[in-house]
This record gives sequence, structure tokens and C-alpha cells, in this order.
Amino acid sequence: MSTAALELMTGGESVAWAMRQIDPDVFPVYPITPQTPIIQGFAKFVADGKAHTELVNVESEHSAMSAAIGSALAGARTMTATSSQGLALMAEVVYIAASMRAPIVMALGNRALSGPINIHCDHSDSMLIRDSGVVQLFAENAQEAYDLTLIATRLAERSDVLLPVLVCQDGFTITHSAEPVELLSDDEVASFVGEYEIPHPLLDPVHPTSQGPFAMPDYYFELRRQQISALEAALDGFDELGHEFEALCRRRYRAVEPYRLDGAERVIVALGSTAGTIKDVVDELRDEGQRVGLLRIVSFRPFPAQQLASLLPDAATAIVLDRAASPGGAAPLFAEVAAALVGARVTVTGHVYGLGGRDLHPEDVREVFAGRGQQYVGLRGEPCPD
Amino acid sequence: MSRLKNLVEREAGLPPLAGGHSLCQGCGVPIVVRTVLNTLTSPVVVVNATGCLEVATTRFPTTAWNVPWIHVAFENAAAVASGVESAQRALRRRHALPSDEDVAVVVFAGDGGTYDIGLQALSGALERGHRFLFVCYDNEGYMNTGIQRSGATPFGASTTTSPSGLESFGKAQQRKDMTAIAIAHHVPYVGQAAASHWHDLSQKVERAAAADGPAFLNVLTNCPLGWGHEPRLGVQVLDAAVNSCFWPLYEVVDGTYRVTCEPEEIVPIEEWLRPQARFAHLLRSENAQIVEEIQRRVTSEWEALLNRCEGGVPA
Repeated sequence: MSTAALELMTGGESVAWAMRQIDPDVFPVYPITPQTPIIQGFAKFVADGKAHTELVNVESEHSAMSAAIGSALAGARTMTATSSQGLALMAEVVYIAASMRAPIVMALGNRALSGPINIHCDHSDSMLIRDSGVVQLFAENAQEAYDLTLIATRLAERSDVLLPVLVCQDGFTITHSAEPVELLSDDEVASFVGEYEIPHPLLDPVHPTSQGPFAMPDYYFELRRQQISALEAALDGFDELGHEFEALCRRRYRAVEPYRLDGAERVIVALGSTAGTIKDVVDELRDEGQRVGLLRIVSFRPFPAQQLASLLPDAATAIVLDRAASPGGAAPLFAEVAAALVGARVTVTGHVYGLGGRDLHPEDVREVFAGRGQQYVGLRGEPCPD
Repeated sequence: MSRLKNLVEREAGLPPLAGGHSLCQGCGVPIVVRTVLNTLTSPVVVVNATGCLEVATTRFPTTAWNVPWIHVAFENAAAVASGVESAQRALRRRHALPSDEDVAVVVFAGDGGTYDIGLQALSGALERGHRFLFVCYDNEGYMNTGIQRSGATPFGASTTTSPSGLESFGKAQQRKDMTAIAIAHHVPYVGQAAASHWHDLSQKVERAAAADGPAFLNVLTNCPLGWGHEPRLGVQVLDAAVNSCFWPLYEVVDGTYRVTCEPEEIVPIEEWLRPQARFAHLLRSENAQIVEEIQRRVTSEWEALLNRCEGGVPA
């Protein structure tokens, strides 16, 4: 059992600390708010000799992910970090990283996409690469950002997965907010993550491989299907690692976290730090005798559709809170939940909230539970000035 | 070692790039790749930008490569190489790779993946000082997608996106001087070579490989399809590029310029233009002024280069 140390840390600091403990071989870095505390913190660890990593100060996020692919496939454990526009710029290569099965761990400080340019949290950056084939795990707080970074390293490198894993934490709300974080010792982390090993490292001149070839209609579909299977396999992989991690530090991670679902009639489904607010409101409403609960999605990709469907009580109403919009269509989490619940005896409703860092207050959550929430929760009624 | 015997011996074993690929008859690209890789004596990892070479050599599930090879995208070959090179250094330090075995990281990219879409990643990698060799096979256009104009396409060339016509003489802009852009990064080695001059190219590869830092080679490489020359005439066409001083062969080692292969007799620019269909319209009488302009510029750039070699203009 661990002799846990409790430290006051922001999410950015906790992730940089986890990365120092993992001590990756290569770390391409490019600054963007709000993930910069992660790369700055890590760069300082390297400068002080506390991490032994090749820091590659690339000239863009596109090059950050490109260098990460080269390094991870060469045979070196590789991490990077980004946010918002950075993820948008690297999106092309994120898809390729997944298709080349590069087990890169990337910290994402979730931030709204331009325009207008904004630096605060929503999940539109994550949703932009929803279909890229990477794993996306959403932390609720700094503790989870730390823990999930450790789990992500193992998950990415599993032989049945071998995919990039993104640890998503809400920009500012988590990246810049200090809270007590229980840390594992360096030895515990080293032993949990183990050595980096991939089946066909590029840096093996004796066994040359051609990686990233050209595939035409006769093979492209088969290769994509293999990639889809690998992402699906990450669901069981995450569950197994969740158990292993629980044995280490008593914190249990699963793809979807049920919160006070017993007899629940109205259940919010949400991602990220907002779940903390919702849990408080659920507790208050439960005290008032209301049958409400929360399903927090930790693994947005792969999406735990079956687990979600089996956890939701019969005849309940699922209220999906999306922190991203899909203009002209269904918001991404809503679409996912609705698809997971096809044929179930449940009602699904949805709201969009919090775009560009707009806060979601407990009163808003109460309104939503009461069925009085607007389609866009927290949106002001008055028009913008000219 | 850059002697024909050595190159042939290496090719006779397990060639780094095997035959059977689908590059066009008369294409200059495999000549460049083989000359570069057969010159290197250390193990290599090849990083390839999207383009003819990648498409024609790796149609899944086949590959023409007998050396480790990676392709990620069009614009990022230098960034991928940065990652591979950094991985090598990290693994050496961790003793996961032998410290005495140097694996050379060699990029092959066309002019699109170098001059245009790949320029940012290349500039970043040169600035960071990674130890790698970037070889641009410059065939002066987007040939893989059907002969479109690039930043490397010369003034006056007709391409599918800069066609000559009733009111156009082809590309109206001068080409970028990519070699000079690389030199401006103050890297240890920059060379300009041509696929026709194997010995010069091979010697440059040797010097590039010895550089302690980034090395850049800009290699003029013929494209029978895009240039519109007979496949068997590639070497002659490239010879004319060198002998007309359109494409001087030179290098800059730690800031010092040197012409590596001076033409015995400088030929008029028409020798370079005439065998190529993309320039055919320039040889009509109404375009005589354009040809004169090309000649003027080539002569003045050649003189400027000679000046630099004499220490007139330091790098």
C-alpha cells in the first residue's frame, strides 16, 4: 500500500509531476494557453535533472505531433501537450498517429476553439478530433488528471491498443486551480508504468520496417477496421487498468462513473469538471428527497455505450449536458448517449452549456434537473453589442 | 565512399531501394535515393514526405525499401525526423541502443514538401540543430498530383496551374532560392547538387553525413512527365541545367562557399530550355524577351555565387 503524499497542486502541475515520474524519453513542446503550465513545469524538471527527457522545442503543434509520431514509433516513450487551436492545427497528424498506432500520451487542456478567439474551457477541441481514433479520457479534477496520466501511459502501450491517449482536463477550471492531490511515490509510478515496448520499433536496422505506407481500396478498409478494433479494445483495457490502479491507491477508475443512481428518475450525463458541481447538486436534491443522479463519462473515446445503457435505471430521463455544440446538428455527447440508448425505455434530453468558459452554477443544474433548463444553459437573453 | 565501385557493390547486395517500384521510366528520383543511400556507410532510417517517391515505393502490402522507412504526411517530414533523431539520442542515453552505432536519419522530400508546405517544419528542424540529412529531390513542381506549379517552378515554365496561353507565358514569378534559405539557417552543411552528377552528389552526401548537425541537400531531379522530355534524356537535360549555370553545383560548409563542379564551357540558357516541353512556348519569337530575362538573371546569380565563393559575401 502506498504511503500517499498530499500536495496542493493545480491540474497542470499534477500532470507535469506525473510526467516527471514517468520520465518519458522524448517530449515535443509548443506553448498554448491553458496547457503551458504542463510544458513549463516539465521543462523545469528536465533543466534540474529531475527528468531525463529529450525536450524538443518544435515550431508548431503540427510538428509537435509529427515529432511525437517519429519518436514513439522509433521506440521511445513520448508525451506532449496541447489545447484548442493547437489541437486543431495538429488534427491532421492526430489521425495519422492513431492509424500508425503510435502510443503517445498527450495532455489536453480543454479550451474553446476560435472564433472568436477565447482561452477558456469548453470541449469543442476534443470534439473536433472525436473521430480520429485516439482515446480521450476526461478528468474531473487535478487528482484525476494525475491518475489518468499514469493509467494513460499503460493504456496507450497495451499491445492490443497501441494508440494515442489524451488526458483531457478542463482549461483553467482544472489546469490552473489548486487542490490537494494524493501523489504516488516515484518508485510506485516507475513500477506501475514499466518499460516502453512496442512490437516493431523503426530504429531497428536489422529488422527494417516500412511504416506509413500507401493503401488503396484493396486494403484501406481492412486497415481502418483493425484500428477501430484497437480503439474498442481500449475499453476493456481501461477497466483492467482501473482495477490494477485501485489496488495501488484505492481510487477506482471506470469508463463511466455512476453517481447516486439508486432509483434515479432524472440523470444528468456529463464530462469533466462540471461533474463536481453536479454531484453537489445531486447531494442537495437527494437530501430534499428528489430521485436524481449523475452518469459521468470518463472515457469519451472509446464510448462506453453498453455500460451507460446498463447503468441507467429503467424509465429514467437522461439529461445530457454538452460543453460543445454541433451547429446544425445534435451536440456530440447527446448524439452519443441517444445512440447508446436506442431501444431502451428511457427519455433523452439535452442542453448545451459553458461555451467559451461560461460558468455553470448550481442553480443552473437545479433548473436542468427540474426540466426548466433552456436549450443553451447560461446564455444571456440580450443581443451582443454592435 | 563515393567511388562508383563502392556504390555498385552496395547496390549489388540488398539495395536500400529495390527495383519493382512504380516510379516512371526515366525518373530521376531513384537515382538520387540510391546515390545518397549507397554512399552512406552507417545504418539509416529514411523519413519520406508524401509524394511520388512514397506513393510509388510503398503500395501496401508491398514495399521497395530494405532499410527502415517512415512516412507520416506531406508537410512534416523534418518534424518526424526530429522525433526519430531525438528518440535515438534518448535511447542511447538509456543504453537501449548501442552508443557506438550511429543511425543516420535521412529525409527525402520533393520540392512541394520542402519549398512550400514543408518549409516551416524544415526551418524549425534546422534551427533546432537536429543531426539529420534532408534531401530535397527538386523536380520543380507538384508532379505526383499532375504537374502543378510550386515555389520551385522556374519563371516561364508552363504547368497545369500556370499554363502558357494566349495571354500567359507560363509561371510569371521567379522560383524561391531554397538553398539560400537553408544557408540562412547557418547549419553546418548545405549543398546544391543534380541527379546527373552522381560523383558530386555522392561526395556531398559524405560531407553532409560528417556534419555535426543538420545538413541540407537540394538536388535538381528530372521529371520526364512534368518537364516533357524523352525519358532517356534525363541526364543530358540536367547537364544543361548545370552547364548553363541555371543550377550551379556548390556547397556551403560552416559558412564557406565553394563551387564543386564548374562548367567547362557555359552554354546558353536555350540548351536547358529546348529539350523540355514545359518551356517550348518560350522559344517562340514573341517570347524572346522572356528568354533574355531568364539568361540575364541566371548570369547575374552565377556571378553573385562566384563572388560569395571568393569571400565577397559571407554566409
